[in-house]
Amino acid sequence: MATTTKRPHPWRALLALLAALVVGFVVMALLGAWTPRLGLDLRGGTSITLTARPAAGQGPITPDQLNEAVDIIRNRIGAISEAEVTTQGNEHIIVEVPGVGRDEIVRLVGQTAQMRFRQVLAVQAASLPPAPTPTPSPSATGPTPNPTATGTAAPQPSVTPSGTATPQPTPSATATNAGRAVTSALLAQGTASPSPSPSATASTPATPATPAPSGPLKIATTPANEAQLAALAKYKCDDYDAAKDDPNQPLLTCDRDGSQSFVLGPAIILGSEIADATPGLPQQEINWQVSLKFKNQGPKKLAQASREMYQLDPPLNSFAIVLDGKVISYPNFEEPIPGGEASITGNFTQVQATDLANVLKYGALPLAFEASEVSTVTPTLGADQLTGGLTAGIIGLGLVVIFSFLYYRGLGLVVVASLAVAAAMTFAAVVLLGEAQGFTLTLAGIAGLIVAIGITADSFVVFFERLRDEIREGKTLRSAVDSGWNRARRTILAADSVSLLAAVVLYVLSVGNVRGFAYALGLTTIVDLIVVFLFTKPLVTLLSRTKFFGEGHRLSGLDPSRLGVSKAKLTGAFGRRTPAPREA
Amino acid sequence: MSRLGELGHKLYTGEVSIDFIKRRKTWYLVSVAIIVISVGGLWLRGVDFSIEFRGGADFQAPVSTNNANERIAEVREAVAETGLAEEPIVTAVGNNRLDIQTPPLDATEGVPKIRQAIADELGVAEEDVNYSLIGPSWGGQITAKALQALGVFLVLVMGVIWLYFREWRMSVAAIVALIHDLVITVGIYALIGFEVTPATVIGVLTILGYSLYDTVVVFDKVRENTRGLASSSRVTYSDAANLAVNQTLVRSINTSIIALLPVAGILFIGTFVLGAGTLKDLSLALFIGLAAGTYSSIFTATPLLCDLKEREPAMKALRRRVEQRQQSDAAKAGLTGGKKPSGDAADEAADEAPGGAEPRPAVKVGQAPGSGSRTQPQRKTRSTRSSRRPKGRR
Repeated sequence: MATTTKRPHPWRALLALLAALVVGFVVMALLGAWTPRLGLDLRGGTSITLTARPAAGQGPITPDQLNEAVDIIRNRIGAISEAEVTTQGNEHIIVEVPGVGRDEIVRLVGQTAQMRFRQVLAVQAASLPPAPTPTPSPSATGPTPNPTATGTAAPQPSVTPSGTATPQPTPSATATNAGRAVTSALLAQGTASPSPSPSATASTPATPATPAPSGPLKIATTPANEAQLAALAKYKCDDYDAAKDDPNQPLLTCDRDGSQSFVLGPAIILGSEIADATPGLPQQEINWQVSLKFKNQGPKKLAQASREMYQLDPPLNSFAIVLDGKVISYPNFEEPIPGGEASITGNFTQVQATDLANVLKYGALPLAFEASEVSTVTPTLGADQLTGGLTAGIIGLGLVVIFSFLYYRGLGLVVVASLAVAAAMTFAAVVLLGEAQGFTLTLAGIAGLIVAIGITADSFVVFFERLRDEIREGKTLRSAVDSGWNRARRTILAADSVSLLAAVVLYVLSVGNVRGFAYALGLTTIVDLIVVFLFTKPLVTLLSRTKFFGEGHRLSGLDPSRLGVSKAKLTGAFGRRTPAPREA
Repeated sequence: MSRLGELGHKLYTGEVSIDFIKRRKTWYLVSVAIIVISVGGLWLRGVDFSIEFRGGADFQAPVSTNNANERIAEVREAVAETGLAEEPIVTAVGNNRLDIQTPPLDATEGVPKIRQAIADELGVAEEDVNYSLIGPSWGGQITAKALQALGVFLVLVMGVIWLYFREWRMSVAAIVALIHDLVITVGIYALIGFEVTPATVIGVLTILGYSLYDTVVVFDKVRENTRGLASSSRVTYSDAANLAVNQTLVRSINTSIIALLPVAGILFIGTFVLGAGTLKDLSLALFIGLAAGTYSSIFTATPLLCDLKEREPAMKALRRRVEQRQQSDAAKAGLTGGKKPSGDAADEAADEAPGGAEPRPAVKVGQAPGSGSRTQPQRKTRSTRSSRRPKGRR
């Protein structure tokens, strides 16, 4: 660094800095980026902070799981342009959508949950005593009466093998409708339907479900036992507790609209074992279906489950697709499915099939999430906050400038010029970091930048006070600039390191708004160092060679009489004052 | 301003010297009193945590008719009628915005209903109602993270300061001063009943950096003034440190003013223009913390450092030498009084009347006026400055 040498080359440093600035602005021009990326709190939009919760029986959250979840959420909201999904820290995912009226994003993201396939052991209308006779009863609406009940019942979907990806000959996919009226329970505005009469209640032997001897899965061959049915009779949909949702245990739960409740067996297949799910309309069919591909242990489990379940009596032959503890759909097996590929058929419309496919494909998050924070800011409020932040910044800068002039007189010019350079650099850095790293400026970030004005200006204070101290010691201005700088430099470095350390620690360990603030603080601290070293010091060196400063004019802020030394001392008037040679 | 400059000069040369170190018992008492009040306030009143920490939903709606106060009851009624929030807390922010807080709601069902109710009541579009929904554990997470950051930061900073100054006592003194600042800031919040929001937490965490920043600058000067002290017999550690505080006093005042000015700007805008929100909460915490930080770097950190240092055998020996020297100087000069007892007189000055710190001219011990411990050239000891001193002794 030029400043450490015996003979400083102020011009070099200034030129280097100028070059860096020019490069920065040229890059901005090339990118056509003249404004920082603004956070949603400044331009309006919806943001959702999801916090991962390790599920029961899982280890700690890994970055891979988090990234997988991000990909899934991205795909899920892929239709919504401009949505951004990012991770923060090691357990948070932030979803941000600019603009207004994007409330559907909350629903979409909120659906991202854990999926499991479980065998159905019993099913009944929710929170009603089980019907004593196996005659179909008309729909008893559940606890949440749905005023828009249309009564169009979707038939019970069924699962059949599909695809020819396996050497085994697979039966052709046939859509056989079991005819039991069940809502597909897929749409939030789903059509209410007559609930099926529970067939599992009549003559229930009090024997517990026995695991099938073959294979690793516990497939029940008998319906729910009396204890389970008693629990089911008392069960209310609100009783669901995610914390107790253990994949290895039976589960009491409801479908999405709370019209039916179920006793479900332990999980057969996990969502993470689904490779793909696509909606499709087979030729010569009028109803859409969903094709499923499985991975890992999925095909094997599916083969065993279908082989053991397809001949059982309803409801034991169906498996519930459980998303976040709620039954989405419960198709039944029509035949064994050996190949790891299956189709779910039913009276699906395109929308229903697409939705089910999405849930199957993207609902399979490796982690359970809860929405820690959802916030929407209207563009009006955003603009107000931006204006407010900028105004506060201008006021703050103005006050600092006024103070500098009052106290440091001529040296105040140096402060103003340095702050201007620092502002230009910070601006360029914020814009370029926005382009390169996606750094967005939030209100907290603006506050961080403003607060950092103090830290930046303080470096000048340290330097100037040192400079004056050296003059008080009886040095000439020219040597005071260098010796004062050498001492101030160490103090500035130490103090700035502390504030940089604070910023880094805050950034790494915090969430939400704190991060933006810490980032801005750290950025400004670095800019401050660059400016002080490459601009302020060289500038003072140059100014000390001028008559106004060098001879300690009354307004220069270096008035010798004020500092208790003679003018001769300040200028080193022992015949050593030769005009400084201009160095390029 | 110019008077401050003059004062700065006099402080620098030792012409005017404020006995920061000598009166340290007074400062400690002041600090202890403030801390006791702070902790008392915390204990009695607790901290008023914002909705972000409690969990719940917070709606902000524009009031186009500019009579926000008069609409409170109607809006509260309208929200209660949805059956989703029995007793919403409705407050006016200025006269054109209402803030409605409810217990946690369901994001996909409850929020739209209440938003609609508010929008209908005020005759605005649903999209114009801002809302934020905070899960009950979110505030706890923020706080936990903040405390974690605090812990990590303290450990790291102690290490950094120790590395820089090669003096664990400086680390300890700096950290104690920092904790002092934090306690006072939190205590004032509790006493006045300011609401603590996540932005407040940011502000408090920022104080960390600031408080230490200031302390590091003062300690830097202390180190400079005390370099090579152990082998001299001119001044005690406390005297040298006291001069350092005096010499950096102007800088400390300037720094604090310069740091507070932008914060004041934010506070002004945040309070009078934007109403409640991030800016106001942040700057309020900063404002209080900065003031405490400036106080502590002068009145807490340095005296504490001296207390710690004076326990060292080398420094005790130095104190004895200095006292001997003064006695012999006094004897030679035939003086019987008029000189201050040297050093910080830890025991004698203990019960000095707390009379504040009015500057009084003080003749620097054992030295001609107009020279600090960094004396004139003809009296060079090894402790004197040399702008090109070796970078050793680090």
